[in-house]
This record gives sequence, C-alpha cells and structure tokens, in this order.
Amino acid sequence: MQLITVAGSPSVGKTSVILRVSEILGQQGLRVGVAKFDSLSTSDDSLYEQKGIPVAVGLAGSICPDHYFVSNVEDCLAWGQRQGLDILFSESAGLCNRCSPHIAGVMAVCVVDALAGVQTPKKIGPMLRLADLVVITKGDIVSQVEREVFAYKVRLANPGARACFCNGITGQGASDLANEIVQAAHTPSLEGQRLRFPMPAAVCPYCVGETAIGETHQRGNVKKMTFADQAEAV
Amino acid sequence: MNPVIDLPLERLTLDHPCVSDFLASLGFSEPDGRQSLRHWLDQLADEDILDAGMERHQILDHVQRLIREVQRMEQDRHARVDSLTLIGGRNKQGEPEPVEISVRAGQILCIVGPTGSGKSRLLADIECLAQGDTPTGRRILVNGQTPAGDFRHALDRKLVAQLSQNMNFVVDLSAREFIGMHAQCRMVNEPQAMVERVIACANDLTGEKFSPETSVTQLSGGQTRALMIADVALLSASPVVLIDEIENAGVDRQRALELLVTGEKIVFISTHDPLLALRGDRRIVIRNGGIVDVLTTSALERENLNRIEAVDATLMNIRDRLRRGLRIEEPVQWPQ
Repeated sequence: MQLITVAGSPSVGKTSVILRVSEILGQQGLRVGVAKFDSLSTSDDSLYEQKGIPVAVGLAGSICPDHYFVSNVEDCLAWGQRQGLDILFSESAGLCNRCSPHIAGVMAVCVVDALAGVQTPKKIGPMLRLADLVVITKGDIVSQVEREVFAYKVRLANPGARACFCNGITGQGASDLANEIVQAAHTPSLEGQRLRFPMPAAVCPYCVGETAIGETHQRGNVKKMTFADQAEAV
Repeated sequence: MNPVIDLPLERLTLDHPCVSDFLASLGFSEPDGRQSLRHWLDQLADEDILDAGMERHQILDHVQRLIREVQRMEQDRHARVDSLTLIGGRNKQGEPEPVEISVRAGQILCIVGPTGSGKSRLLADIECLAQGDTPTGRRILVNGQTPAGDFRHALDRKLVAQLSQNMNFVVDLSAREFIGMHAQCRMVNEPQAMVERVIACANDLTGEKFSPETSVTQLSGGQTRALMIADVALLSASPVVLIDEIENAGVDRQRALELLVTGEKIVFISTHDPLLALRGDRRIVIRNGGIVDVLTTSALERENLNRIEAVDATLMNIRDRLRRGLRIEEPVQWPQ
C-alpha cells in the first residue's frame, strides 16, 4: 500500500483535492481510502463516504493535533491494509504553520491556497519546505500576476519540489497530481521510520489544563519574548 | 569540500542574494560574514535550530537546492515557443474530432460557440497541455513535439498564462509595487523601468487613466483588465496567453491585441465580440464539445471589420459624451 501524507492549513482545500484525485485513481482501478485528522469536529467524512471512499476519522480533541497524528498513524496504516487499500491518504491540518506530519520515505504533499497571499509560502515551515509535492489551490480566482508570484515563492520555499495547480472545484490539474501520486513509494510498515522534522515541543501546565495567567503558573518548557524598548527622550 | 556551503557567508550572499533572503526568513541573529554557512550553523544552539523549523543538514541542502533552482529560473527565461499544435480528440458524444491546428508566435486564434459548447474546456486543454489525458482526448504539441513532462508540471515554467474573468487581487499594494513584485520574480534587468512601461502601456489601453500609486484593489474593471493585459504582454513568463473574453469595459481591444501580438505571444481568445473575433487570424468553431470548423478570416470579413470599427467608434463617442454629462439629442450619424 502507498501512504501519502497530505497537510495544509485549514480550509485550503485538502479534502476537495483528495476527492478529485481519488476519483481519477478510482477510475484506474485503484482502491483509495482516507484517514482524516481534525481537532474538534469534521463533516468531511460524509463527503468521502458519499463517493464510496472508506474513511477513518481521528479527532484530537484536547491534544495537539499533529502529536495525535503521529501517535495514530501506524494504526491508520494497519486499518488501510485491512481494508485492502492500494492508496491511503492521511489528511491533517497544520494549524500553527510549524507542525509537519511528513515522514521520511513516505510521499509528502502540502496543499497551499493562492488566496492566502504571496507572503504565505515563506511563512509556512517544514510542512511546505520538506514536502515532496506542493499543490496550489484556488489559483483561478487570483490575478495572473499573483499566480505567477505565488508559484515563484513556492519554488523558493521548497526548491526543486514538484508543484502544481489544482482546482478543487473543476478538477483541473487533478490528473497531473494523480500521475505523481501513483509513483509514490510503498509503505509496508512505519516501524522505526522517522518524521522529517521534530514537532514543536510544548510541555507546560497549560498543556494539561491550566488556565490561570501569571509567572507562578509558568513551569516546564517556557519561552519568553524579547522586546526592544524605545530609548527615553533626552 | 563543498564550494558553496564552505564559502564565507558574505561572499555566498553576495553571489546568491536569494540565500540571504532565505537565511533571514529563518529568524537567526545576524551572522559573522567571514564564517562559512556550515561553520555558522554548527555554532548555533540546537534550540535555535529547532525554532527555525529545519535541521542543519536540511538547511544546507535547502541552500544548495535554492541556488540550483534560481539558476534554472535564469535559464528558463530564454525558453521560447514558436508554435503550438492542437490535435483533435472527441466531442461530448464520443465522436472523433478530426482536426489539427497549428498556431505560430504572433498569431491570434479566436474560439466561438454557444454557451456550454465547450469553449472553456478547450482553453483548459491548452492550459494543461493535454496529452490525451483529459475528457476530450485532445493533444497539444509544443514546437511540433510532445512537451517534456517538466514543461507540463514545473510551476514557473508554465507556458500558458490565463486571464480569467473572475480574478481578484488578494494583496493590497499600489500598482507600482504590484508590478514591481512581479518584475522582481521575473528577474528582469531593470525592474523599475519595466514597471513604468507596463503601467504606461495599461494607461494606453484604458480610457480612465490611473496613477502608479493607485492601489490595485481600487482599480475599476477596465483598469484592472488593462493592467493585466499589459503585464502579460510585457512581463509574463508565458509565451501562450488564453483570454476569456475582453469585455467592453473601457479597454481599447484593438490596441490590446496589437500589444500581445507584438510581444510574440500566441493568443487564444474565447469571444463573441465581432471586433475581436474578426481581428483574429482564424477562429475555431465549437459545438457539442467538439471543434466543428476552423474559419480563416476572409478579405470580405476584414472589410466588414473596418465598418464595424467605425460603428463602434460612433458608440464609443456617445459613451464618452455621456460620461462628460452632455446630452445626446442630435440624430446619430452611422458611418456608411
């Protein structure tokens, strides 16, 4: 089975892209399934089910969504194998631009949204920089200039990566994407595999339910901002 | 020893300005320029590296890939397309579409047909350089050959620029900054001069002039269209331009086409505007999802075009007088 990690900020169009690509892969006789990760709730599973795509849902709830992803991805793989899938997409939202679910040796896809503005590719961390394939959505509703500049910035943010535009509504570009995905390496097991980059560390009282504000409550992994004060007027 | 990552940083960033942008985006404090990149990274605390979102070897690898990518972009600037060939597939009923159409740089092809007949599908096939892998089964050749996979997928090497009707500006910049941003990533030699040229050109195309300081989000429909046409003609990387109708929103359509053609572009326009459709070298007639005819604009049609232009000029004149608050009471003199 081929595992594909798909990541991107909320509402960029990950589900639409996966649906479009799955349709094409399905026509080629491949059995596709999705492991959908979200934080609080999701209704995307019904979209997949409508298309007859097997879907497993993981809601992270009070746990950091990407940490939750890593702790569960092996079970997802096993689930996919039990369903007899040829291709399993894991879909997860990179909520803080810093997390990345990408695993060494497993095809990594990052979905970005041209509407987010031309500075966005620079701001997204390992999720974009360490992906193998970058998919740009909503390119049809921004100006030609921004489309070109956005593509250029994606190239600088992840030089040499494959990148393509895909319209989640019309499906334009989805066949190119499907061609890339069928070439992904197979993932028989994730035992001993490594993430491409460590996830942000956050072990402090707030991780486990502290709500009080103030110095005395800050323990564990605490990091402080530095401020530059204006010099006093002479 | 790796020549790049062992160079003193001041030398590296001088030779490759893209590297200094990248390093700045990692958020480290200013390095000592005499150190090499490798040395400098070794000295940084692990915690800082973790904050930057990349590991040391990934940063080193990124810098080398970045330099290669920028060199590749420089080379691609000179890529050109002399011709595009469209090989028919099938229509919505699955019947064969037995056509082969070649277009050379500097030519205009119009696409005509009823709403829903498949004009947008044809534009989409050209846009993705279809290779029999779209619902129509059409194929597009570049310079008489099947395009290399790279050509189809590489983002900045996109051959086709599309000016669609439902576009928006997302950034809030002045026209000068906006075009300047594009010029910068097109790596033109004199970006400022190019920006002035594009804006002057756009003003030439539109009845309502705008200043370079106007924010792009405040431009009118006609001004926006004019700016995008001028930009695509003078600055865009793509040798092929697809246009989904140039509405009569105060854009001089004749000059717009001349501008695109003198830029040696291959232009496809989906339109029913007689001024545009008859100005093209040929027009593709679409029905039922398939190409049913390719008409070459005849001498008689060209003559008619002159008359239609005169009628249009009369209408434009009335429009202009309305705009200036005048009355339109004298009998309208239609040209003979």
